[in-house]
Amino acid sequence: MDKTSYENLTRGIIRENPTFVMLLGMCPTLGVTTSALNGLGMGIATLFVLLLSNCAISLVKNVIPNKVRIPCFIVIAATFVTVVDLLMAAYFPNLHATLGIFIPLIVVNCLILGRAEAFASKNSVFQSALDALGMGIGFTFALTLLGLVREVLGSGSAFGYSFVEEGAETMLMFIMPPGAFLALAGLIVLVNQLRGANK
Amino acid sequence: MLKVATAPHMFSPVDTQRLMLDVVIAMLPAAFVAVAFFGLNALIVILSSIAACVMWEYLFVRYLLKQKSTINNYSAIITGMLLAFNLPATMPIWMVLIGAFMAIVVAKMAFGGLGKNIFNPALVGRVFLFISFPVQMTMWMKPNWHDFFNADVQTAATTLGILKHLDASSSATSLTHDVEAVHDIPDYWQMFVGYTGGSLGEVSALALLLGGAYLLYRRVITWHVPFYYLATMFILTSIMWLITDDVRYEPLTHLLSGGLMLGAIFMATDYTTSPMSIKGKIIFAIGCGLLTFIIRFYSAYPEGISFAILIMNAFVPLIDKFFYPRVYGTGRK
Amino acid sequence: MTKQIKSTAFTMALVLVSVAVFSALVLGSVYQLTLEPIKQAKSNRELEAIREVVYGDFTNNPYEERHQISVSRGKGKVDLFPARDENGKITSVAIKTYSKNGFGGRIEMMLGLLVDGTINKYKIIEQKETPGLGTKITESRFSDQFHGMNPGKMVFKVKQDGGEVDAITAATISSRAVVDAIQRGYDALNKLSTGN
Repeated sequence: MDKTSYENLTRGIIRENPTFVMLLGMCPTLGVTTSALNGLGMGIATLFVLLLSNCAISLVKNVIPNKVRIPCFIVIAATFVTVVDLLMAAYFPNLHATLGIFIPLIVVNCLILGRAEAFASKNSVFQSALDALGMGIGFTFALTLLGLVREVLGSGSAFGYSFVEEGAETMLMFIMPPGAFLALAGLIVLVNQLRGANK
Repeated sequence: MLKVATAPHMFSPVDTQRLMLDVVIAMLPAAFVAVAFFGLNALIVILSSIAACVMWEYLFVRYLLKQKSTINNYSAIITGMLLAFNLPATMPIWMVLIGAFMAIVVAKMAFGGLGKNIFNPALVGRVFLFISFPVQMTMWMKPNWHDFFNADVQTAATTLGILKHLDASSSATSLTHDVEAVHDIPDYWQMFVGYTGGSLGEVSALALLLGGAYLLYRRVITWHVPFYYLATMFILTSIMWLITDDVRYEPLTHLLSGGLMLGAIFMATDYTTSPMSIKGKIIFAIGCGLLTFIIRFYSAYPEGISFAILIMNAFVPLIDKFFYPRVYGTGRK
Repeated sequence: MTKQIKSTAFTMALVLVSVAVFSALVLGSVYQLTLEPIKQAKSNRELEAIREVVYGDFTNNPYEERHQISVSRGKGKVDLFPARDENGKITSVAIKTYSKNGFGGRIEMMLGLLVDGTINKYKIIEQKETPGLGTKITESRFSDQFHGMNPGKMVFKVKQDGGEVDAITAATISSRAVVDAIQRGYDALNKLSTGN
């Protein structure tokens, strides 16, 4: 793999992590990460949509007139989101029930349109796919980590496996909406510290 | 004019220290009452809360900021005492530690330390604990003079809890039940002295008023915030009481019960998190009173002091923007 | 980089229309493809919940035999799923009922009643109660007390309202909502058996 491709693939994972560094897609980030599995599910769904939409947009970028590119991108992204929504409802009904309204909201996730506009509309299909993979993995990683932190602190379990006895006191604040902000802030501080140390 | 009321918190260290010491002195009567009524448990909660706040501040400043420690300005001690005042006597110590962490590290130091925080640190700690551990935070000890070592701990409902309960069951037709509950409400004298269930520092209106008087005498606070806060609450409940003749709205009960006195005298008057100008203070206090009234009567919570003050804290920059006392020759954006 | 198409009225209209048509085609075909599995998944979920709350086992497909009943209280509709034994006799009924009076809004539950209205079990399907307080309605410590109760033969209210049901400490509103939902299911069953 040449240097550019490698660069495009790995950029999204830590260095330009969509959640911790670029702060894109905050709505699903804060909304669904009440447990590590929810975060993982949402991350993979987004990864899938991002991959498909990046490839499709990169394919058709030359035949789309500049003035109507945004509506076209949105329609393409919305199509893939609906496809993912339907497939998930059919084959992963339990996950679909928990992620609920956040799946359709992937359409308005800045990450999808942001990558379409900033990357896929200017680069080849292969590079766009690599970019989508990197960004999607970064997003999935961030959501899973955030979900894990909130689940451990708020419910005393990790990936659904409880490590405290039933009825033990856990910090319920972390599985409620304000806890999402607190945990995210803490993780951003941590990631920034780590990035700073690497420089 | 008070020398401390308008400046955006640029005292010399000695001033700050003296000021903070005054606040600590003013809180002593309420602390004494808490220990007298709730015994050893209360003492442990107060001391551990203070120790925890000081410890977090020291660790944060020394090892994360790597600066000279700031604990000698007493502000962590005040936060610790206020936090303890907002907790029930039976609170486990590890929860107190977490509350102190939220108060000092998240609500105060993360915003830049003393003078830069937006929200009252002690209240942030309390609200975090309240939402995280709702069961422990609403388990009130029954006060008992003669039982310092807490040999026989019984739980009691708070006055506001009883009132809220009346509210909940008023839809049902069990009249006898209501009469029983009304009977449980302490009389005014009990509420005034503080011989009721509740958080450590909130029970005794008498001790809090004493502390408030000392703060006024020492010119640490002005009378505006406490007065307008209490007055707003008193007027609103009086109006409702006169209209509906419902025991739930009895104005004096509301003045004397719950954290109203504690909030009005010690927490809404915090320099950093309340407006600087007199006009601003009045608006801030009326807002607190209004929100407290709304939360006490129209929400599921019996008590709304901490939420009310925190919400108004968020408005302080806006209030200051409109009512900033202009100083000649200086410009502020 | 290759040249991009110019933005004229004609090209813009053409591209937008073709993107829309393509998207419609994809969506249509995926919809057709997933229609049956989604239906299946939904029925499986309901069946699973039904199996959990009804008394004993059943041999029919209660989901296929469901009745929708409108109840006067709250103007809503509830679904009844009769469970039959191998002789075709109805042994108990699962009812998908709800209450709008939860602390966090709507609570949905699958309720299992014997034919005479005695409660067997319930399972909360959806709730948005306060974690740690109201969510205790899903725990057996609270829900077990309902086993064997019959809303028609007692004061079916929480103790705070003068009834016989123990409410969860500090979560009276959620407990009351559970009672409300059960009452609604019971009413629906009554309406069905008296109406028939």
